[in-house]
Amino acid sequence: MTRLSFVLSRLAQTVLVLWVVATLLFLIFRLMPGNPLVAYIDPTFTADMERALKRQFGLDQPLYVQYGVYLQNLVRGEFGRSFFSREPVSQVLGQVLPNTLALTFSALALAYIVGIFGGAVLAARRGTWVEGWGIPAVLATRAAPEFWVGMLALALFSFNLHWFPSTGATSPGSMYASWWAQVWSADFVRHLTLPAVTLALYLQGLPTLLMRSTMLEVMDEDFITFCRMRGLPERSILLRHAARNALLPVVTAFALGVGYAIGGNVIVETVFSWPGLGRALIRAVAAKDYPVAQAAFFFIAVVMIVMNFVADVLYSVLDPRVSHERR
Amino acid sequence: MSGGERAAEWPQWARATATWREALRVAWGVARGDRYASIGLLIYAVFVVIALAAPLVAPYNPHALIYQPDGEVAANLPPTAAHWLGTTNLGRDIFSQLLFGARAALLVGFAAAFGVVVVGTFVGLLAGYYGGWVDGLLMRVTDVAFGIPFLPMAVVLVAFLGPNIWNTVLVITLLLWRDTGRVVRAQVLSLRSRSYVEAARVLGAGHARTMFVHIAPNILPLSFLYGSLAIGWAILTEASISFLGFGDPRVISWGFMLQDAYNSQALARQAFAWFVPPGVCIMLVVMAGFFIGRGYEELLFPRLRRR
Repeated sequence: MTRLSFVLSRLAQTVLVLWVVATLLFLIFRLMPGNPLVAYIDPTFTADMERALKRQFGLDQPLYVQYGVYLQNLVRGEFGRSFFSREPVSQVLGQVLPNTLALTFSALALAYIVGIFGGAVLAARRGTWVEGWGIPAVLATRAAPEFWVGMLALALFSFNLHWFPSTGATSPGSMYASWWAQVWSADFVRHLTLPAVTLALYLQGLPTLLMRSTMLEVMDEDFITFCRMRGLPERSILLRHAARNALLPVVTAFALGVGYAIGGNVIVETVFSWPGLGRALIRAVAAKDYPVAQAAFFFIAVVMIVMNFVADVLYSVLDPRVSHERR
Repeated sequence: MSGGERAAEWPQWARATATWREALRVAWGVARGDRYASIGLLIYAVFVVIALAAPLVAPYNPHALIYQPDGEVAANLPPTAAHWLGTTNLGRDIFSQLLFGARAALLVGFAAAFGVVVVGTFVGLLAGYYGGWVDGLLMRVTDVAFGIPFLPMAVVLVAFLGPNIWNTVLVITLLLWRDTGRVVRAQVLSLRSRSYVEAARVLGAGHARTMFVHIAPNILPLSFLYGSLAIGWAILTEASISFLGFGDPRVISWGFMLQDAYNSQALARQAFAWFVPPGVCIMLVVMAGFFIGRGYEELLFPRLRRR
């Protein structure tokens, strides 16, 4: 199998997965209890008016026709209107998406910087007390519920020490010329700090452990033994030879990390009342605002699935040893 | 290197374990032999005892409102001798809730892990053993399961099915079997062509017998590894679902306690005795799962132990 056909077959697989997820989403939300028109209907409606409304929304059509319309709309990025604000869904989510991106990428950057260095240190100090305490500590950050870590951070740094605000992305009443001006404002950064650090603490486990184990693997290879035989200092062997080669899987995992982070955002955004995509999803599900919930979910799923694909392709492109033979 | 590829490097003991009983005995021996795994088992044992003894040990009914002698509700009490961790804003005893919370956590953890192991092992066995279109179909299903954002889907499904602890277990099972399935399949692929499996086939063993008597016992430790990790993920997921407000309202779990504390301004009141202990309990139980998993990993992939 050549590289191109590998990429193409993975692409086909990705499209298939997207289609199945979209179909599952249609079935779940179409079978949800409750009348989807409940937000539009008030008690003064007659049965005739309700029927007319149903026809207007296409809800009198058979399910497979509705499904066809749904798929067409998905491809065009048309998600309808929120049941509550009656605004187009794309507008509702467009307002919160930048906040989610700012949170996710600042947390990911922090997590991967800490993880790469931490993992390298853990590998270099193998068998010492650093490893003995370091690994359980990393496992503890994976085992601690994200929302609980957020609650502790809020109780300490927000309510006790008053260093950081406890909710939102900006102070009430603040106005900015543009989104960029907002993101670079001190106020936004102050709001961002606690959620980003909490999310980073959670995300950091994967790159740390991955970096450590690939470092250990690389340290076993012949070229490292060769470096030792040449009498290179241990420090330069670790940093210049081992760490550089161990980075590859970690870089690939970054793509996966984007997917995980965006799916895991629901928790952090809820704890810190961060006006983002994940919180919008949770609120929409709780309020039975199905168009918003569906679109938010679909967006998160698309990011995850596409990032899985990117990670696979990156891995095969960056590491020539990966074979494309069918096993 | 993926877990499957690593598993292809064979530990010698696996060849000898021919029966299920032997496989179980080995699994137990591993858990006891490794230091991390022993700590994990000890933590589990403590929490199992707490969960079983909760009705006997708990000083109060975790749902009951407690009144003071003057008839006032004993709300927001700080920790005292009578209420070790104080009371909630509605006057419920937090320590009793903490003890009862162990029941929900272990119930969800063990039930979901059992489901994950059963579904994952079956899918992996069938896909790996039969190959061909069965494998293709099952692996595409696995791809889909990997493409679904875990927590958002869990929340949507629980909202759809109704807030009930068994729905939570079902949803976690439906979403978590994927890792086990993929890894078991890779292991079965390497087992299928072994000479002892071929010998069994030549001697006339049917498909079912070959799969469940000759192959399954050898993948059991791998299933256990993923099962012990699944306990942790399941407990974390249940806590997250409860925290987001989609948990079973009749069941007191640690996640429910944390949600209760969060929504009742316990953070602003600095009621640390309310919201610190449930989180510590979740962390301990989840770490116990990781520790046991680590013990199995060292057995399955002895190359790691050398390091």
